[in-house]
Amino acid sequence: MFGKKRVAIVGAGVTLFRRNLKETGKELSFHAAKMALEQAGMELRDIQSVVMGTAPDAFDGVHMKGEYLADGAGAYHKPYTRVFVGGGTGVFAPLAGWWHVASGKFDTCLVVCEEKMSSCYPHPQYAFTTIFDPILERPIGMNLIWIFALEMNRYMHKHNIKKEDIALVSVKNKRNALDNPIAQLAANITVEDVLNSEIMAWPVQRLDVSPTSDGAAAAVLVSEDIAKEVTDNPVWIDGVGWCIDSTYWTDRDLYYPDYVEYAARMAYKMAGIKNPPKEIDVAEPYDPFDYKELHHMEGLLLCKKGEAPKLTREGVTQRDGDLPTCPSGGLLGCGNPIAAAGMMKVCEIFWQLRGEAGKRQVPGDPRTGVAQAWGDLMQYGSVIVLRR
Amino acid sequence: MSEVAIVGVGCVGFRPITPELSYKELMFEAAVKAYEDAGGINPREDVDVFVTCAEDYLEGFSIFDEFVPDQLGAALRHLLTVSGDGMLGLATAYMLIKTGYFDTVVVEAHSKASDILTYMDIVQFGLDPIFNRPLGGHPYYIAGLEMNRYLHETGTTEEQCAEVVVKNKKNAVLNPHAAYGANITLNQVMCSERLFHPLKKLEISTPADGCIVLVLASEKVAEKLTDKPVWVKGVGWCTETPSLETRDWTRAVYTRLAAEMAYKEAKISNPWRDIDFAEIHDVFAYKELQHMEALKLCDYGTAGKLTEDGLTALDGELPVNPSGGLLGMGYGLEASGLQKVLEVVLQLRGEAGARQVEDAQVGLAHTWRGIPTATGAVAVLSNVK
Amino acid sequence: MSVKIKHYPGEEVETKDFREGKVLFESFRPKAKYAWSAGIAISRFLEELKNGRIIATTCSKCGRIMVPPRIYCEKCFKPTDGWTYVKDTGVINTFSVSFIAADASRLKEPIVVAIINLDGASEGMGIVHRIEEYGDWREIKIGMRVKAVWKPPEERTGAITDIKYFKLVKE
Repeated sequence: MFGKKRVAIVGAGVTLFRRNLKETGKELSFHAAKMALEQAGMELRDIQSVVMGTAPDAFDGVHMKGEYLADGAGAYHKPYTRVFVGGGTGVFAPLAGWWHVASGKFDTCLVVCEEKMSSCYPHPQYAFTTIFDPILERPIGMNLIWIFALEMNRYMHKHNIKKEDIALVSVKNKRNALDNPIAQLAANITVEDVLNSEIMAWPVQRLDVSPTSDGAAAAVLVSEDIAKEVTDNPVWIDGVGWCIDSTYWTDRDLYYPDYVEYAARMAYKMAGIKNPPKEIDVAEPYDPFDYKELHHMEGLLLCKKGEAPKLTREGVTQRDGDLPTCPSGGLLGCGNPIAAAGMMKVCEIFWQLRGEAGKRQVPGDPRTGVAQAWGDLMQYGSVIVLRR
Repeated sequence: MSEVAIVGVGCVGFRPITPELSYKELMFEAAVKAYEDAGGINPREDVDVFVTCAEDYLEGFSIFDEFVPDQLGAALRHLLTVSGDGMLGLATAYMLIKTGYFDTVVVEAHSKASDILTYMDIVQFGLDPIFNRPLGGHPYYIAGLEMNRYLHETGTTEEQCAEVVVKNKKNAVLNPHAAYGANITLNQVMCSERLFHPLKKLEISTPADGCIVLVLASEKVAEKLTDKPVWVKGVGWCTETPSLETRDWTRAVYTRLAAEMAYKEAKISNPWRDIDFAEIHDVFAYKELQHMEALKLCDYGTAGKLTEDGLTALDGELPVNPSGGLLGMGYGLEASGLQKVLEVVLQLRGEAGARQVEDAQVGLAHTWRGIPTATGAVAVLSNVK
Repeated sequence: MSVKIKHYPGEEVETKDFREGKVLFESFRPKAKYAWSAGIAISRFLEELKNGRIIATTCSKCGRIMVPPRIYCEKCFKPTDGWTYVKDTGVINTFSVSFIAADASRLKEPIVVAIINLDGASEGMGIVHRIEEYGDWREIKIGMRVKAVWKPPEERTGAITDIKYFKLVKE
């Protein structure tokens, strides 16, 4: 690491996640940013740069919504950049914050992620009809659930995985969310509840899916010198990774996310992690659908290909298991305000490593955690490794 | 920490329309040129990070990031999208290399303005949905508001603004990358239709299609790839406020703050003396003058007079927009910033042909994200390390 | 979600609050219209669909036959070298049976959509399209063979929908 700069997270904030919140996107951004600053014991004037993470403009209904959100996010009179890598944005935004500080260009960076999906009428899902190729795919009538269903079916087929095993993820995460004060869909449900829920696009059923939500999350990133000044327990960003696969998603075998593996390898290399299952104490893989948690555990090299359902069945991924996975309740339990949801995962790892997660705290004094998000057309992986 | 250099540039366009190529094919062509220009690098192996700069509604997609990797050689590699002007992409590449983890970073931005059938409606869709959008009207009234206040506060004349158009379109005649070069007279500009008083039709640049790809590298890689590296001496960027109600309507505060950041890094104490030529965002003619002042290239309120006196002409003391600017090249939307950077690179390499500025060592590139934003960026580039 | 934080901001409202005017809002429908240039590769692809054929491009370096066609090979990053027809038959790579529409409303009849790996293209190369004439959707399996059902020539417009759908075919 000689000559390279370390970057710490010293404060995090998050709003409630709900189907409809009265606050505007600017107001949600403000709340999350303010909380992160307070937790860091800092003020906006201490912040030298701001990064915004937020998903399609079509949700908020404003072209260039990064610009629109700027003052809410604390960017007034500051260098401000919005990064956007689809659903991967929430974990990607703190990576952008990392290079603002690791470059030596700034000592501090406020990273804010916001999503106000409820503004999109009649349903936020409608915004997703324009993520497809306008000439080859939109005329078929593509929608978002379809591609998840195509991927889930392929994953199940390739490894001969049963829906019962996948449903366990939804059961676990919604139960974990009972201990999360921001959660939108915390519940005690059973595998049967998932299997009996409405079929949306086979094999995807209602309870396999996270909801649409409003919400925001934020974190304060600082250089090593500042971290020593403001806190006794900084959490270090020791690895960052990201990767995009080809646009031609119909030309790939969807059973395995190569792009997540490549992103994870990049982050692990930087963090010096050689044996991820052994060295990682807590994980927040992206779980907008229950099978996605499994898919991403495999991509993150936390287990072998096709092995994640078995680990889940054996309880390894429970909060008190060997590899606690989505202790926050994930997107399935907390809700999915897209960029804010990914950032919430980073905040959860931050709090877990600081021992501040209360009822959600995973045992064993965790030292290393990983958060990951997925995005685009079954295509994008963003990974962050945090250490105490 | 390593210095950062631009080691390759590729440009397609700018042209009023490009119906023969898809946006992907436009990007492919520019990328191939840039990689060749950077000593023939292979993007599948030699590039650490790719940065594209795009806004969804300018492309007609909800997540445009999906559609960019293949044509840049970035499939299964490390790519990201900045929702912003290309110069924010340059700033991102600069920071990435400065971390010490990455040696070669590619930046791409393009305009396929001719694919957008309702461009002004999209611009309007960028206005605050509660306060401003319900008032209706063509969104460029905001430029009229600003120009009027600027003239009122500074005493700059309408004729002085019109001089910018005459100069830039004339420079563009010499630029093969320019779509709208012309020899026109001051009178023609002054007599063109008054669209958003006091802003006139010929003072508004017309969108054009094109794509620009840059290759940036760390010091040790740059010197292997090229004999003519162009060093990034300083970058700055800033957002003033999205609010129309509370912004400064005369001084382009976003540009002032961005310039201060870039100058500090580049150790520029006297911009007029230290900078040999400048490429300044001129989507509206008055903006060139307002931005010159915000960039501290001259005193507040004096840019009009300097322009009138010919000091910013190609053979003047401080040539401004030798490329022809956006008025002459065409408005490349999110590629605007890279249009500016491209010209500065060509000038500093001595490859600007008939519009070459003599003995240029330090050039300035500046951009603004357009209506309705108050966001801008500045880069100081030099052919001397 | 830290023990140090006692209150999480956010005021929840119900959808009916909007209907009942308890929450004020402003509506706007953006006028966002585009005419995307299809470009060199996809223009040719669409013209051939009009002729009832599916065309691919080839790369001499990696040897792939690629569909949808493109003018560059994304793996080798070089221009593709030639054009070749592939068949309008193939295998279901994966499929889904959709019971909801894009706005999340229920459909009367489900839509079956599949990724189809086309015969004659390189392994795994496919397009996304609909499946019809399948009988009971529970009988559809990954790996089944399908064939394109085309619109009559006079109705074709040079669009992906010149193929109406793919239908299951017996081995």
